[in-house]
Parts: sequence; structure tokens; C-alpha cells
Amino acid sequence: MIWLLPLPPLLAFFLIVLVTNKKKALSHTLGVGAAALSWLGSMIVFVRALGVEHFGEHAFESVVDWLPTGETALQIGVRIDPLGAAVLFFVAWTILMIFLYSVGYQNFGQPAGDHDVKGLPPHGATVTDNMGKKHTVMSIEPMYSRFFAFLGLFACGMYTLVVSNNLLTLFVGWEIMGLCSYLLIGFWYGKKSARDAAVKAFMTTRIGDVFMLLGIAFLYSATGSLSFEVIFAEGTLHALATTPAFFGFSAAGFIGLLIFIGVVGKSAQWPLHVWLPDAMEGPTPVSAMIHAATMVSAGVYAVLRMFPLITADFSGHGLTMTMSIIAFIGSFTAIFAATIAVAQNDIKRVLAYSTVSQLGFMIAALGIGAYVAAAFHLITHAFFKALLFLGSGSVIHGMEHGALHTGEHVDPQDLFNMGGLRKKMPVTFWTFLIGGLALSGFPVLTAGFWSKDEILADAFGHGHWVVFITLAVAAFLTAFYTMRQITLAFFGEPRTRAAAHAQETPWTMTLPLVVLATFAIGYGWTGIPEHFPILGGLIPNWFHEFVGGTLAVHPEVLEFSIWPLLASIGVALGGLSFGWLAYRKVRTPRQDRLQIPVLKNKWYFDEAYDFLFVRPAAWIAEQFSYLFMDRTIIDGILHGIARGALFLGGVFRNYIDKPVINEFFGDGTGNLVKRAGAGLRKIQVGRLQYYMLASLIVLVAFAVLYYLLLA
Amino acid sequence: MEFLNSHLLTLILFFPVLAALVLLFLPGEAVKLIRWTALIASLVSLGLSIFLWRQFDPAAAGFQFEETYTWYAAINSTFHIGVDGLSLTMVLLTAILTPIAILASFNISERVKAYMMLFLFLETGMLGVFLALDLLIFFVFWEVGLVPMYFLINQWGSEKGERTLWKGIKVQARNYASLKFMIYTMAGSLGLLLAIQMLGVLFQTFDLLVLYQRWTSLSDGTLLGLPVATVKAVAFWAFVIAFAVKVPVWPFHTWLPDAHTEAPTAGSMILAGVLLKLGAYGFLRLVLPLYPAEAQRFAGALAFLAVMAIIFGAFASYGQKDFKRLVAYSSVNHMGFVLLGIAAAAKVGVAGTDAALNLSRNIALNGAVLQMFNHGLSAAGMFFLVGVLYERTHTRNLDDYGGLFPLVPVYGGILIFTSMASLGLPGLNGFVSEFLVVRGSWPILTVYTALAMLGLLFTGAYILKGIKQVLHGPLNEHWAHGEHRLAEIKAREIIVMVPLMVLILVLGIWPGWLLEVINKAMLMLF
Repeated sequence: MIWLLPLPPLLAFFLIVLVTNKKKALSHTLGVGAAALSWLGSMIVFVRALGVEHFGEHAFESVVDWLPTGETALQIGVRIDPLGAAVLFFVAWTILMIFLYSVGYQNFGQPAGDHDVKGLPPHGATVTDNMGKKHTVMSIEPMYSRFFAFLGLFACGMYTLVVSNNLLTLFVGWEIMGLCSYLLIGFWYGKKSARDAAVKAFMTTRIGDVFMLLGIAFLYSATGSLSFEVIFAEGTLHALATTPAFFGFSAAGFIGLLIFIGVVGKSAQWPLHVWLPDAMEGPTPVSAMIHAATMVSAGVYAVLRMFPLITADFSGHGLTMTMSIIAFIGSFTAIFAATIAVAQNDIKRVLAYSTVSQLGFMIAALGIGAYVAAAFHLITHAFFKALLFLGSGSVIHGMEHGALHTGEHVDPQDLFNMGGLRKKMPVTFWTFLIGGLALSGFPVLTAGFWSKDEILADAFGHGHWVVFITLAVAAFLTAFYTMRQITLAFFGEPRTRAAAHAQETPWTMTLPLVVLATFAIGYGWTGIPEHFPILGGLIPNWFHEFVGGTLAVHPEVLEFSIWPLLASIGVALGGLSFGWLAYRKVRTPRQDRLQIPVLKNKWYFDEAYDFLFVRPAAWIAEQFSYLFMDRTIIDGILHGIARGALFLGGVFRNYIDKPVINEFFGDGTGNLVKRAGAGLRKIQVGRLQYYMLASLIVLVAFAVLYYLLLA
Repeated sequence: MEFLNSHLLTLILFFPVLAALVLLFLPGEAVKLIRWTALIASLVSLGLSIFLWRQFDPAAAGFQFEETYTWYAAINSTFHIGVDGLSLTMVLLTAILTPIAILASFNISERVKAYMMLFLFLETGMLGVFLALDLLIFFVFWEVGLVPMYFLINQWGSEKGERTLWKGIKVQARNYASLKFMIYTMAGSLGLLLAIQMLGVLFQTFDLLVLYQRWTSLSDGTLLGLPVATVKAVAFWAFVIAFAVKVPVWPFHTWLPDAHTEAPTAGSMILAGVLLKLGAYGFLRLVLPLYPAEAQRFAGALAFLAVMAIIFGAFASYGQKDFKRLVAYSSVNHMGFVLLGIAAAAKVGVAGTDAALNLSRNIALNGAVLQMFNHGLSAAGMFFLVGVLYERTHTRNLDDYGGLFPLVPVYGGILIFTSMASLGLPGLNGFVSEFLVVRGSWPILTVYTALAMLGLLFTGAYILKGIKQVLHGPLNEHWAHGEHRLAEIKAREIIVMVPLMVLILVLGIWPGWLLEVINKAMLMLF
């Protein structure tokens, strides 16, 4: 059963690519159908998992031999344990919603565009209505089928990652998603910016991936296996924790660090965060959502998976080196990305940076050992961030409609072109508001509050002050920029005619919004701490019980403290009201005081990397490796040898062959013979007497010789 | 059936020559007939090889299907051939790639008869190296394979292009490339020939199985007036250089980009697909078993060269403007992983006592052999795809393309797929072998393995550069209209790619069937 989960989308991918790529309706039916099948399977697995007591110790698992290695074999398999089940739940839901949403977003049912070409976004089509009047309406994506094929492959990768019982197939799923992200960012490959963003995303994540590959190789050599069950056995962990590796790390710590570097790439943590914002070049908020809300979660999931390994030499007091690094990178990213988000005007980019920042929260939580809090935030975030991305897609779609309708050429993603959309797009507005409040951690009501509060409480409770303060400030900024975004987009008056003519999107797009909005509120109730004032204990803290059971030692329940609670309520409400107050009257970017160049330009990381890495690499490749080393030095030596041989050949020819052999011996012998012949001809006169005389002379000469020498 | 079983290898080996002789008597203008005869002949070889694969028993020790004939009795060289899991894998690769390459050459219209005959001779030459169990026979086939390839490059290579030598002397690129290929390989093999002669004189036999025993057990005393250890070290390097030129290992690799770039499409496919494997095969079949002690001693040097090949192969590839040369350099990068695996195995040696290291050694070797097979598939595919594009556009300059995807969607899809195999995307074949090599060498050659990751990173860079420049970006209008309009990939060309793509995918998902045979063979070798 679990083996089958990734298969339907994969089959859909192959069927669409090979068979149905010309038929749009059939392609999306296949895609959505496959997603629904996997969703159904996942729900069955999830419900069955709920029914098992102490599920952590009785996980569903099944393995096969994959690679023969010497006398043994490398096994791969599938496994669903509590963490897996919880993640599977949100993955199945979000993926199904993406598929459904894409049907509407890619304008199914709309006419083909007038001048649309493959590789560029659809530009709209002209239709004539019953009255004979011409309208410009949205046109269907020219590569509609292909989009569903990529989505299918992506879903296959995500399911593979979640159901894996080992690091290798997890890595396989991880990389398949990387490929899909490359293909989807570069979906409109005709745009130069999209093409470059795709390469950037692939290469940046690949930096992390090669480290991760080393980590996997190290782990495999150290333990002889890659299955979680084997690696996380107590004896193995103990051995890894006590084996020294390099630079003062234990083997466990070093492997954890290598794998974590992979996560830094995948989950877009500083300093490898640069690809994610550019990934918004992707054609749709759908794909943006795929790799911003779902795929990047895979990175956090990997750290969650590796948590026992990373904390193998953690005694409970004082973080290990690896954990400190993780905590530092997480908290730094959380605040760093938040500062950039406040100055972005592109609705998708704000969300992209907020994703980077929120992932930083989870990573920081893992760094300080708050396993359950990180998992909880991972899942609530996936729901509300998916909601926000799809909501922003809906906004953009509505804006595009308005732009086509009015013929106004405005950027439909720029917040400063929007305004007043709450009346035009009510469903989108309300769901987006819910998502935004959840992201800000609006107290009690939203899921984001419960999970973020838990992280802050954990940092506070264990005395990680720096992490606590950094994250609290980041949370304040989060609430602030979220409210800024909502205010600019939905409140006030329309800033452009396009915004004034925006239109609510079709049901295929709004239904997923409503479903996700439900989770963005409801999912928080599964994890209310027991000692929370009033609410605590009304509903059991199911999440903690269930997911905590994944670990060998059930994580302790944190003692309740009022301070972090007050802090998280304070920063959320403070940020929200500040955002509202500051932006409710802003009409143009000029009035926005936070358009500071250093923030707008993302602290100049792109420029710095370009100068430090990209250009030197190109120089080393072309000038040094190829032209200098291969062409000049190595070929130079070869040509030198060839010249030497040629020279020697010339010497032999001109000074030995020609004068000595040809002229002296060859010609010389010839001449000698010729001359001798000429001389001898004189005695060939043809008279018998001469010949007789000659014979006589020879005879006498031989007789004398014989007498002198031999006798 | 009995005859078939007892002469299977000879049949596989000489069937192409037989077919070439048949071609000789066909009328030169019956181009179609010649093409199809050549194709069917190579398919027969493939059929026989698959039959061999099915009959082969991976669990049995030693060589199977051995055949011995008197050949050169005066110097005790016998025609001794046989297969084990290693050579079987390579035979299979050769037998698969030759018909594909012949089918890919159906667009050749000049002197078709000579072309096809050379191709069939080439197949025999390559198969002979993989099957030979006698050093002299090995060497003969080693050199035999050079000649057809020389003519293929020299006569059917790309007509354009010049190469500047010194003092502004210019030569036609294909002349330069073919000569460089020929002379370099032959010069590299001189030491090999001498070392083989020495072994032959010493033991009065060239039989590999005997030499495995007797040469390795020779350790004390003097040879030719020198200590045995010195002689062995010199002979080791003589072998290594011959094979290193062929692989090719940095810094002996510069013939490769020239030869690959100038060769006709099918020639490049076979060059990258099989000929390079001859070198790696030489390491596995001769160097490691004959010189275990020396290999162990010099393993660090081998690893260094391997890592240089991996890193600078990737960099040089990334620095190319010529698409075909970019793909050519990728071979240097990929074959570096083969050598890295071999170096790791050499470092542990045959008589390793540490079980964990022995396991790593076997994993590294499995990875190296699998990488040979995998690279054969993906490199052949890449060269073919470059050829398809070149045939239509008559340019290889990456800057001349751009945004071709909407014009040739099928071709684009196939190119991306094959590129991803070359990049080592998990789920496709290249990943499995690279992972095994990395896993195997990590505990043995930790630093070198870590350095190799830089190469792996840039593998991504050059592959993506290729896709970016060819398929993506704004459309170069030149190819969109009129007589220059780029035509989509044809049915024949798709048929060439399908078997490669299927194997790439199957090996990526379920490599067990092939690796099982390789693994058993490696266990017996070491």
C-alpha cells in the first residue's frame, strides 16, 4: 500500500508526456485523478496509523534488497511512522489542492491566445460576444498538458521522500523535486529571467546536495546501512556519537552537519537562500507554492528525520557544535529574511522571503532541540503558506483579468498596483486574511499562533535567550510585513484601473483556498499545550503525543510560562497593528519609508556572489582550465614533442639520410658502380685474343696466390 | 546448439568481420542494402551477446565459455578467450551500442560500404579486447581497434574547422584530431608492449590466467639486472600510462576533445561509449590483478589524477562554447569517477583484512564498473543528440542556438532526459554508479572524495549550461523560418534514442540485475 503512494502521479507524468500531451482535458483529468488516488491512499494510511497504539514502536515498514554490495545488499523500503504519517497528511492535502487549483489558474476552458507561443506566458485572446463586441479575455496556457506532467513528477518526488525508510530514496525524491523545481521555474523558458532563475535554483541547491551526498556516504560507511531504523538504533547512535571525526566533531555531529548543509540549500537558509526569491519567476504561484511551501518543507523534514542523529551526542545541557550551528543559521535566517520581506513590492516575493524566514524558525527550533515544536510549525506553516501562495495566485489572476479587460499594461504582481481588492474578490480576501493572520501568529484563533508560540516557549524554557529574542523580533517583523501586504492589496481604493476591474476567480481556484483556510485555523487545535490557561486540557495535545512518539525517548512536556506567551501575543498584535497603521494611507512606493536600497536589494547578496563565485568560476573554467591548462600547457607540450620529432626527422633527413645515405652510400655506390662499369667497359672490346690474355693473367695470378698463401 | 555453446565467443567476436567481408562483395551503390546488412549483422551480434548473458552463470568462479586455439606457438601465445562478469558487462555494452551507432549512421551517404565495414571491424576490435585472456591477443585487438577509428575520423569527420599549430601553421581539424588520437594511443601503448614482451620472455607464456599466478608471486631477487620491485614499478607505470591515455586520465586527455569533436556522430558515440572503457577495463583486468602491490603503493597518485580529471574535466567542459566539445569534456569528468573507484580499490588491495574496508572496496569497484556502463549509455546518447542538431544547423557553437525548445519539443524532451542522466540525477542510471563510487571511496580516500564533489557540482553547471544555451532563452529567429527552419527529430533518430533511454531509466530504478553480475565478478577478482 505505502509502496503505491508515489506511483499514480508518476504514471500520470509518463502518460501525459508520452500519450496525452496534445489533449488538455485528458491530461488534467489524469493529473488530478492521480493526485486524488494518492490522496486517498494517504488518508487510508493515516487513519490506520491513528488506530495503532504506540505507533512509534509499531511503524508500518516494508523493505527490499536494492543493490548488491559485496556479500551484503543495500536495502531500500518504505516506512510510515508518526512523523511520516503527520507529514503525509499535509502533503496529500496540499498536493491535491495544487492540482485542482492549476486547472483554473492555467485558464482551462479559455480560448487559445492570439499570439501565444510555447515558452512564454499567455497574453490573452480576443473573443467576439453575441452582440458583436470584441473583448480581450485570458487565454489558456499553451503548454497546459506539460504543466500537469511536471506537477505529477513533483508529486511523485514528494511522496517518495515522505514514505522512504532510508536516506537514499529520500535523497532520490529530494532530487526529483529539485529537477521539477528547475523545470517549473524555467517553465516559461523563453524569458531570460526565468531561464537564469532556473539554473540558479538548481545550482544553489546542488551546492548543498553534494555535501549531503558526502554525509550519506559517510553515514553509510560508518553504519553499513541507510535505513532509519538501523541508524537510529541506540547502539549505533552511541557509537557514532563517541567516534571522533574531523575538526572536533563527533561522527554523528559531522554527518549531521553535512546533511544539514544539504538542507540549507533545499530550504533556502542563509547563505544559500538566494535562489528562492528568484524562483518566483516560475510561471504561477502554483509552482511558486510547490517549491516554496511544499518542497522547501522537505529540507526541514530531513532535519526532523535526522534529529536522533544530530542530537546523538547532546546531553541536554549545552548545545553541541552541530546544534549551535543549526540554531544560529536558523535564527539568523529568520530575522535576515524578514528584514528583506518588509521592502518587497512583488506579492509573491514577500511570501517567498517570509517562507525563508519561517523555515528559519523551524531550523532554529531544531537547533535547540525543540523537535515537536518544529514539526508542528512545519505542518501549520505548510497549510497557511500554501493558502497564501494560492491566494496570491488568485489575486494575480484577478489582476490579470482586470488588466486584459481594461487594456492597461501594469504588473499584476506589484502590490502598489493593487488596492481595494477585498470587494472585488471576497473569497480570496477572506481566505488570504486567514492565511495572513496565521502567518503572523494571531492569538488563539490561528494555527500559526500555536506552533510559533511553542517554538518561542521552548527557546525561553531552555534558556536560549539569543534565539528567543531573535525569533521574537523576527515574529514582530513577520506580522508587520504581512499586514503591510494585506493592507496594500486589499484595503483602501484601487490604485489602477486593472485593480478596479479585477474579478473573483473560478471555483477550481477558490475551493482549494477554502479547504486550506480551514486547516490554517483548525490544525492548530491539535496541538494546544496541556497547561495553557483556560484552553489547555480541553482538547488533548494530540500532536505532541502522536509525533513525539516517533523518537525513542518521548520528549518531555514543557513547563508553562506566561512570558513567552505574552511575548508572542505582543509581537503578533503589535506587528499587525503597526503594519495597518503605517500603510493604510500609503498610495505610492514613494510614501513607503521602508524602500531602503540595502533591503530592497536583499543586502546585495546576489551581487556579492556573482563577484565572488560566479565570475571566478567562469574564468577558471574557460580561461584557466581550457585555454591555459589544456590548450596552452598540455597541448603545448604535445606539440613541442611533435615539433621535436619533426625536427629530429628533419635532421635525419637533411644531415644523415640525404648526404650520408642517399648521396654518399646510395648515390655514391651507384656512381662508383657506374664509374667502375665505364672503366671496365674498356676491356669489353669483343676480341677473343684479349679475353684469352685476360684469362691467362687471372690464372697466373691465382696460381701465384695459391702458392703464396696456401701451399 | 552444442556448437553454438562451445563457440559462442568466437561467433560473437568474428561475426562482424564476416559481415564486413559480405559487405565487400555487395555493389557499392546499393546503399540501402549495405546499411541494412550492417545493421542486421550487428543485431545478430547483439542477439548472441544477449544469449551469452542468459547462459552466463554469475555465481560460477573464474572465466566461462573459454576457448583456446593455437595461434603463435613459436612464442607460446595462444588464442585464449573467455568471459567473466566484468568482460560480459562490457561485451553487452559494445553489442548494444554498435547497432545503435550503425543506425545513427544511416544518414552517411559517402562511401557507405567502406564506412560500414570499418564500423564492423571496429566492433570486432573492441570485443576482442574485452574477451582476450592472452596478453598478446589483448594487445593485438587493442591496436586493431585504432585503425578503423582513425579512418572514421579522418575521412568522415567534420569538414570544417582548422587547428593552428606553431608559427601559424594550420591543419585541417579532422586530420589533426585523427593523427593525435592515433599517435597518442600508440605512443602510450609502447611501454605496454615492452612490458608484455618482458612477461612473455620471463614466463614463456602470455596466458593471463598463468601470469596472474606467477607474476604476482614473484617478489624477490633481480630481473634484467635490477631489483624485482623496481622492474615491477616500471612495468606498472608502463601499463598505467597506456590505459591512462585511453581512459583518458588528466593530463593525458587532450586528444579526447579533439577526436570526439571531429569524429562523425556515430564515431563519437562509440569513442565515448566503448573505446574509453577499454582503458578502464585495462585497469581492472590487468593493472589491479597483475600489480596489486604497486597499485596499492601508487593508489594516491592514481586518486590524484582521477580527482584532477573530475574537477578540471568539469571546469573545462563548463568553459566551452562548442556544444560537442562540451559533451566531450564531460567524458573526462565522468571517467574520472571510474578511476577514483579503481584507485580506492587499489588502496585497499586484494589482501585487505579490515572487513569494512573490503566492503568499501567492493562497493567502489561495483560503482566504477557500473559507471563505465552508464557513461557508455548517456555519453552515446548525448553525442547523438548533438549530432542531430549539428546535421540540421551545421553549427556547434552554443551562441548560435537559443530558445529552440518550441521548435523541437520532442527533441528537447529527449535532450533534457539524457542530460539529466549525464548530470547524475537520482532516479536515472548515472546517480547509482556515482553514489557507489563516492560511498566506496569515502572511507578509503576521504580527502580526494571530498574534492571530487567540486567536480560533481560543476557537472551540474555544464549540463545546465548546455540546456540553457540550446533549448531555453529567447528564440533565435534564424532557425524559425524558411530554409533554416529547424526540423523536429525524425522517427529513425527517436528509435536510436529509445533503447538508450529505456536502459538509462531501468538502470536508475532497478540496477540490481546488472549490478548482481558485476558484484559477483568483483568479489571473485578480489
